[in-house]
Amino acid sequence: MISPETSPPRSSSQSPRSPPAAPFLYISVTEPVKLGNGVQAYISYRVITRTNLPEFQGPEKIVIRRYSDFVWLHDRLAEKYKGIFIPPLPEKSAVEKFRFSTEFIEMRRQALDIFINRIASHPELKQSEDLRTFLQEDEETMERARSQETGIFKKPADLIQIFKDVQTKVSDVVLGKEKPVEETDPEYEKLKHYIFGLEDHLAETQKQAFRLVKRHRELGQSLSDFGKAMKLLGACEGNSLGKVFSELGAKSELLSIKLQKEAHNLLMNFEEPLKDYVRAVQSIKVTFADRANAFRQHCELAETTKLKEINLDKLNLMRSDKVREAEMEYRELKSESEQATRRFETIVRLMNEEIVRFQEQKTADMGLAFHQFAKGQAKLANDIADAWRSVLPKIEACSVSSQHG
Amino acid sequence: MMGPETPFGFESPPVREEMESLALSDAPSSDYRSAMSSSLPTAVSAASVDAGGGDPLLYPPHHLQFSPSSPAYGDGGDASSSSASSFLEPPSYADVVFSPFESQNNGGSDQGSFVHRDCSPRSARTAASDYLKIAVADPQKEQETANSLVPGGATYVTYLITTRVRSAAAGEVETGPIEFSVRRRFRDVVTLADRLAEAYRGFFIPPRPDKNVVESQVMQKHEFVEQRRSALEKYLWRLAEHPVIGKSDELRVFLQAKGKLPLPTTTDVASRMLDGAVRLPKQLFGEGPAAQVAPQDVVQPAKGGRDLLRIFKELKQAVTNDWGGVKPLLVEEDKEFLESKEKMQDLEQQLSIASQQAEALVKGQQDIGETMGELGLAFIKLTKFETEEGVYNTQKVRAADTKNVATAAVKASRLYRELNAQTVKHLDTLHEYLGLMLAVHSAFSDRASALLTVQTLMSDLTTLNTRIEKLEAASSKIFGGDSSRLRKVEELRETIRATENAKICAIKEYERIKENNRNELDRLDRERHDDFLSMLKGFVINQVGYSEKIANVWATVAEETSRYARDRN
Repeated sequence: MISPETSPPRSSSQSPRSPPAAPFLYISVTEPVKLGNGVQAYISYRVITRTNLPEFQGPEKIVIRRYSDFVWLHDRLAEKYKGIFIPPLPEKSAVEKFRFSTEFIEMRRQALDIFINRIASHPELKQSEDLRTFLQEDEETMERARSQETGIFKKPADLIQIFKDVQTKVSDVVLGKEKPVEETDPEYEKLKHYIFGLEDHLAETQKQAFRLVKRHRELGQSLSDFGKAMKLLGACEGNSLGKVFSELGAKSELLSIKLQKEAHNLLMNFEEPLKDYVRAVQSIKVTFADRANAFRQHCELAETTKLKEINLDKLNLMRSDKVREAEMEYRELKSESEQATRRFETIVRLMNEEIVRFQEQKTADMGLAFHQFAKGQAKLANDIADAWRSVLPKIEACSVSSQHG
Repeated sequence: MMGPETPFGFESPPVREEMESLALSDAPSSDYRSAMSSSLPTAVSAASVDAGGGDPLLYPPHHLQFSPSSPAYGDGGDASSSSASSFLEPPSYADVVFSPFESQNNGGSDQGSFVHRDCSPRSARTAASDYLKIAVADPQKEQETANSLVPGGATYVTYLITTRVRSAAAGEVETGPIEFSVRRRFRDVVTLADRLAEAYRGFFIPPRPDKNVVESQVMQKHEFVEQRRSALEKYLWRLAEHPVIGKSDELRVFLQAKGKLPLPTTTDVASRMLDGAVRLPKQLFGEGPAAQVAPQDVVQPAKGGRDLLRIFKELKQAVTNDWGGVKPLLVEEDKEFLESKEKMQDLEQQLSIASQQAEALVKGQQDIGETMGELGLAFIKLTKFETEEGVYNTQKVRAADTKNVATAAVKASRLYRELNAQTVKHLDTLHEYLGLMLAVHSAFSDRASALLTVQTLMSDLTTLNTRIEKLEAASSKIFGGDSSRLRKVEELRETIRATENAKICAIKEYERIKENNRNELDRLDRERHDDFLSMLKGFVINQVGYSEKIANVWATVAEETSRYARDRN
């Protein structure tokens, strides 16, 4: 995964005598801006692309995009690249009030940045034309493309597919085939079991991580209130003891701020990656569904083709004049069946590769998240120790003076 | 439970990293006081508060054991029933660094901790007390026999109170037994408190534990009994530590007299009312002795029932003081006192706020520790899952990373919990002094009521003198004198003499109470200064010590996962 903040390691200005630079594609999603009014208000982002790939229009391109544009890209990729785990998108926000909070906007920006860069670093997805459209086209073109996808305006091919799906379901019921056809590959079964179990465990950890963020905030608040109370008590006591109370109060308030900071750090760099992990697992489940569909189609078409073949042989024997028609139908069906089988096999192949990638990526992602978590907690604890330690000299001074006084 | 002392002197077994023993069995409790008691159950209840040597906090932390195996993680070979007792060294090492009085040898040794504890202000006071040890234990239910309003149903709890008196100094002859054992019930404690309040006017008497209104129902709960037992112990200790009250007969009798407590009870309201109703007519109509305030009586505040007339008079005086244009003959002029009173009011207000915020802080610490622990558990489950279902090497690596984070989170959670248990003890000083403000109020109102008695008597005298003047004036107009009037004057003069005596007593009493107030205020200032300083020191050292530990735990994990950050860049 590419960090959005780091600049490309190779300089973009290349001298003529230097060897050709390795291909790169860096994208950053930045500068969220609120546009529009009232109910129709939305956030737009600046998407900056830097690349030396020939497929792109130039070394740098800046476009303005909104969340629904990202959704468009995601959905297009999900349609075209079945078998690949499409990088997940951050959720739509349900609560109106929260939609424009600074925190939410920052979380979403970060997630979108990660999303687009994952696509850009995926060997297959990065070649997608839709990606290029997304990164380069102007806003009007995007809007047109977006509105074509929404609602009932689906492409004819999709309509046929939907029709066929319905047909299959109906015939299943009619023929008394209640159970949909499923793969029996034990390794695949194991994988499915793993993914479903993983989702549950991850959801739990994410829940606790979120709670931990909240606890940091709450402790921060108590420290702030406690600090104020200590200062007041110090004012009441007066003399050197009062000074100690005041110092303690001041440190307490200082730590309150540090706790709020760490809460934010935890949210962005620990809880979000966990949430992202959950989303990724959910994306895999979508691929499971795609695979199941492809498998079913492959099976059914294979079966239907076989029936057609038997019918054709029968007609041949009978030297019926329907043979030619039947033969044409048979060839069509056979080709479709082979396509379906290919589609299914592609998905299986891709999935096997994707799983390996997924595991690698997640180990790296979680490793980094763990590192951020541990680093943040260590720093916080050290800050706390330092802050309190600095009060000790005043305490010592106070006890010494009270002995002499 | 002793207030401001920093606890240390734990033995520290080596760190154990078995994740299987990390079930968090302690039930979370929202009340910080039970948070404290739940983390150190055996230490507090079993141990007696011992000034001479053992500190309940010194006991090895077996109470911090977790259940040896949690069913979810019982992987045959791995699950060792290790007692995951605290691996934490006490913060005493930090203490060694910062305390100039301690030997710099070894922070973890009991020797060092013992020495330090002697420096704590509380132990200096207990060392001066007549009592070496007071322990409250063994609550027993007993049946109410006679005088029971609820026939055959009322039960009450008695406690065994064991006391050891400071033995005679070396060279002197031991004059009597030095260890005592008595059974008392809470009602006896109330009696003790009331008698002390009467006998020691003007003193800041440590407040007794609260009564509980619905006693019989609440009694059943073990927790309540344990809380009360602990509170009683603390109360008796505070009394024993008081330089004056610690030497009182009332306390001695309470702690040492076997059988029924030989102090007059407070519950005799009915007879008092009767008594007062009988005396009142005589007081109102008769001019004789019944009308006078006996000198010895002025040493007590006017009590309900017996001294109805006196109460009426003093009330009238109080109203005159407040509303009348005339300044009373004697007022509170002591500027120093008035300043102190204002300061006490201010202090009480700030303490109240501070006490509240301290509780909130403790809750915050508790919550973060709990959630950290639950996060750790969730990660443990995830690790186990990945390990069982793992196919790829990357999964194994991730499972190992997750395990590190999980163990760290659970460790941190435990550290938070210990930190909090200590924080509770330190900040308890705030709550204690807030409670003490009640005692200050009482002492000040003793002073006020003594002053009122004096003022009332002085008003009486004025009135009596006026009457004599009038009578003498009237009598002088009659040729040869008016014998009946003159007789009256004589009677009045006698009354005046008696009242003068009473006034002298009342003034003496007032001065005595003022002196007590002054001494107690000084003592409060001194002790409060020391106790607060000790509290702050303990609090801070505690925070430093545990924060350093927590930082170390996480620093290790950060180091172990640093390659991921490097790879990223």
